[in-house]
Amino acid sequence: MSGTRTTDRTGVAPRTGGPGIGESVPRPDGVPKVTGSFAFSSDLWHDRMLWGGTLRSPHPSARIVSVDIGAAVTITGVHAVLLHDDVPGSKAYGLEHSDQQVLAGEVVRHEGEPVAIVAADHPETVRRALDAIVVEYEVVDPLTDPAAAETAPPIHPDGNLIRRIHLRHGDQQVVGEVQVEGTYEVGMQDQAFLGPESGMAIPVEGGGVDLYIATQWLHADRDQVAACLGLRPERVRLTLAGVGGAFGAREDLSMHVHLCMLAMHTGRPVKMVYSREESFHGHVHRHPARMWYRHHADRDGTLVRVEASLLLDGGAYASSSSAVIANATCFAAGPYRVPSADIEGVVVRTNNPPCGAMRGFGAVQTCFAHEAQMDLLAGALGMDPVELRLRNVLATGDRLVTGQAITGTAPGAEVIRTCVDHPSAASIAEDPMALPGGAGRTADPAHVVRGEALAVGFKNLMFSEGFDDYSSAACRLADGVATITCACAEVGQGFVTLVQQIAHEVLGVQEVVLEPASTETIGSAGSTSASRQTWMSGGAVQKACEEVRVRLLARVADEHGVELDGLVLVDGLVASLTGDLRVDLVSATSDPIHAEVEFRHAPTFPLDEDGQGDAHVSFAFSAHRAIVDVDVGLGLVKVVELTTSQDVGRVLNPVQVVGQLEGGAAQGVGLAVMEEVQLSDGRIRNASFTDYLVPTALDMPPVEIAALIEQPEPGAPFGAKGVGEPPSITSTAAVAAAIRAATGLALPRVPVRPSDIVFGGGAA
Amino acid sequence: MTIATSLEDACCALASHPDALVLAGGTDLMVAVNRGDLPVHHVVAIGRVPELRGWRREGDHVRLGAALTYTDLLQPDLAVLQPALAQAARSVGSPQIRNTGTLGGNVATGSPAGDTIPVLAALDAVLELRSASGTREMRLDEFVTGVKRTALEGGELIEAIRVPVLDGPQEFCKVGTRNAMVISVVSLALVVDRSGRTVRVGLGSVAASPLRATEAEAYIGGHLDWDGGRPPSAEVVDRFTELVVGATSPIDDHRGSARYRRHAVGVLAGRALARAVGAA
Repeated sequence: MSGTRTTDRTGVAPRTGGPGIGESVPRPDGVPKVTGSFAFSSDLWHDRMLWGGTLRSPHPSARIVSVDIGAAVTITGVHAVLLHDDVPGSKAYGLEHSDQQVLAGEVVRHEGEPVAIVAADHPETVRRALDAIVVEYEVVDPLTDPAAAETAPPIHPDGNLIRRIHLRHGDQQVVGEVQVEGTYEVGMQDQAFLGPESGMAIPVEGGGVDLYIATQWLHADRDQVAACLGLRPERVRLTLAGVGGAFGAREDLSMHVHLCMLAMHTGRPVKMVYSREESFHGHVHRHPARMWYRHHADRDGTLVRVEASLLLDGGAYASSSSAVIANATCFAAGPYRVPSADIEGVVVRTNNPPCGAMRGFGAVQTCFAHEAQMDLLAGALGMDPVELRLRNVLATGDRLVTGQAITGTAPGAEVIRTCVDHPSAASIAEDPMALPGGAGRTADPAHVVRGEALAVGFKNLMFSEGFDDYSSAACRLADGVATITCACAEVGQGFVTLVQQIAHEVLGVQEVVLEPASTETIGSAGSTSASRQTWMSGGAVQKACEEVRVRLLARVADEHGVELDGLVLVDGLVASLTGDLRVDLVSATSDPIHAEVEFRHAPTFPLDEDGQGDAHVSFAFSAHRAIVDVDVGLGLVKVVELTTSQDVGRVLNPVQVVGQLEGGAAQGVGLAVMEEVQLSDGRIRNASFTDYLVPTALDMPPVEIAALIEQPEPGAPFGAKGVGEPPSITSTAAVAAAIRAATGLALPRVPVRPSDIVFGGGAA
Repeated sequence: MTIATSLEDACCALASHPDALVLAGGTDLMVAVNRGDLPVHHVVAIGRVPELRGWRREGDHVRLGAALTYTDLLQPDLAVLQPALAQAARSVGSPQIRNTGTLGGNVATGSPAGDTIPVLAALDAVLELRSASGTREMRLDEFVTGVKRTALEGGELIEAIRVPVLDGPQEFCKVGTRNAMVISVVSLALVVDRSGRTVRVGLGSVAASPLRATEAEAYIGGHLDWDGGRPPSAEVVDRFTELVVGATSPIDDHRGSARYRRHAVGVLAGRALARAVGAA
């Protein structure tokens, strides 16, 4: 494709050091976060505040016989103890279905479900009050096997099936000369953000409430909170508090309604901070998946048909399960041309912890499976796995298994080629610390085998299936200073930096002020998820700035009696091309210019009964090559090197892109070899960072960026695609495949556990 | 809360508050307190007690102050005398944890997964316990009586830990499901005492309390070529690892299965022995 540029790692350095698009402009919140002065939501403080706390169910499934708060309310310092009946409005909330109880009423459906909330003068008083609440439960056998969910008695009035999609594409009778079949499993991953849930609600005189909270989507929160409080939305005002990571875990409400109830009941500000253990119960996780696949191909390696059956465990409540299973189903076959497909995607309800959004959103699970299948197929064909992928990889104009034709950029072949062609810098470790087992000193070089493998994947950007997806932004240019208003939640992705870059690029201003994100000042920006905010809120900011620019030029043309066509905005000056008119921006905007816009992406459409339709907007491709060392005797793994290429449209801020690629890969490495919320009869066994392990510096290898493929995406601001999710999709699959290459084992499950390698297990 | 600045201070405070928690580095203690597992009535902080922070050689032993941090155990002049202890200390946590957590705290926590425990077990460490009424001594295996249970009495603290200086190689290895900052799934310390012609093996996370593989020790001690220095045969190594595995009684938990633990401890035993005395 013409217009392709690839940027190697040397391109990551600032190009000119300027503040515009394409530069590694430093984050305004970077130094404060590193030095500890950044105010996270857990730092919120009010002199009159009370502390809130939550009593949670110890049982995955039980009927609540009685709740006795008598002893709790009499404790000195306790200001409120509230229950299900105290919820003033809707008793339930949810992103797609209002099926999740604000506080449990007659039943609890998962371990950790909130039953009562307390406000008191001190965290210790809160703890005592929670201890003093007596709940009598009648314990019920929990439904914990997702495979049994559809035939089991319903555990919720909405039933146990959350969504089934049966996608059928192309000729259903066709079969391939070569077929490979496999069953795969992905464990439950946690987002493991560093800043646990926290926030503060402040009652407003005359009714209503202000909520300061770390979230991914202020307006969606507001609407759900208002419904539960029985208030009109405008009486509930949300302001973004400092977010310590999100990765999907802050899409659903957590403490939001609880805080507001306590504040409105006591007439005092109330603050709440979850402990780490509570946080594991307080947000959704990545769906565990069981996936059966059969791939059909011709002898020459051309894919003929993919059959798959996907089962995701949604846990007790729907959350965003419906959208997750849509992604899993639509992208089940991977970034390949598949003329015939039969893919059934099912997500069910169980008494396990609720699952919902996490970085990669359904595509992570299926990428692990389809890439294992592609390697299996290459083996059956006696074909090089890279060649097999190149033979089938999608390009612009090709159709997905949903029947949708890709109209935007689709550099699948480019990400593969650049990734595999990149020279490896991996050497054999001399330092015993760098061998599998690391600081445990378990391996000597003779115990170690090395493996290398490639994985390729793709995912949709932005919301799909006909959702009215938009963002709102305003730009006010006054005295040469641009003030941007947008409710986009900065969760670490770097929107605060991009706003400056975009405003500078469009308006030439040096000073850009970003107003706090709030429901009070502007309309919705949509969710900070689905790799969508650079495109959506970046697009809205660009559009608002462009409107201001047009009005500015019109004003100057009008005031000076010159032709609009002859005016340019450059270096803080409005100037005529002839050079005889120069008006500086400060004086030109002493009377402010303001524009407020909504920005939408191209419309999408629902999937039909066969899972067919133009349901998605745009797609991003990525590839990872992993090199791993494995101590086969102990089953321990050291990921030695990750090399990646990614389809980014255009690099807006190189250092931020690299940050996303490294961070996403770290989460992918975690899922490949250690990160799992372990369940036993519906209970979490490792709700702490002592036992829920995320990669350390000794586990995370250097990420070599082979190429950032820059093919500007039509419709996207500056041609930039979102970059946040692809790194976490292909990294897991690549690491698992490299362990297979090293050991010769099938390893159909992630995370790969030491015992899976030692005993050759892990079968789904 | 008492912030003791001398050993006497600390003992006095403990005498008047026998139910006090003794706080050194707090890396285990505060986790338990924050989880609500430990009631807090009074706290005696001993991190600033100079008598507890030092070490000295006493003849053929080293006397280690209980409040030595893991970082302290890594000092080269100490590490050369107690290499396995240094290796175990290095396997603990992050630099922040190593700068804070203490040897005495690791022992007092009494966890089967304590990283220095297998080393101290292999070294037949002796604990000096101090209270206002005096000092008593206790062997490590008498001190740790079960999972997070010890023989420490109210009003008492660990003052020092005495370990012998041995002539021979030492190896500590630990299996975790992460390459650093991880609780052990299995750990093993193997120390060779050339003058006593013994090999001593301490095991971690495979039993409720500190464990020595005594049968394996006796077997390998009798089968090593102490004078010629020839490495043991494959058969001898196999029998040795078999006996080490036989000494264990591991459990299934969220960190690993009993089956895996038995397997891994055998692998560690063979590798540690090969590092220490060579392999045929």
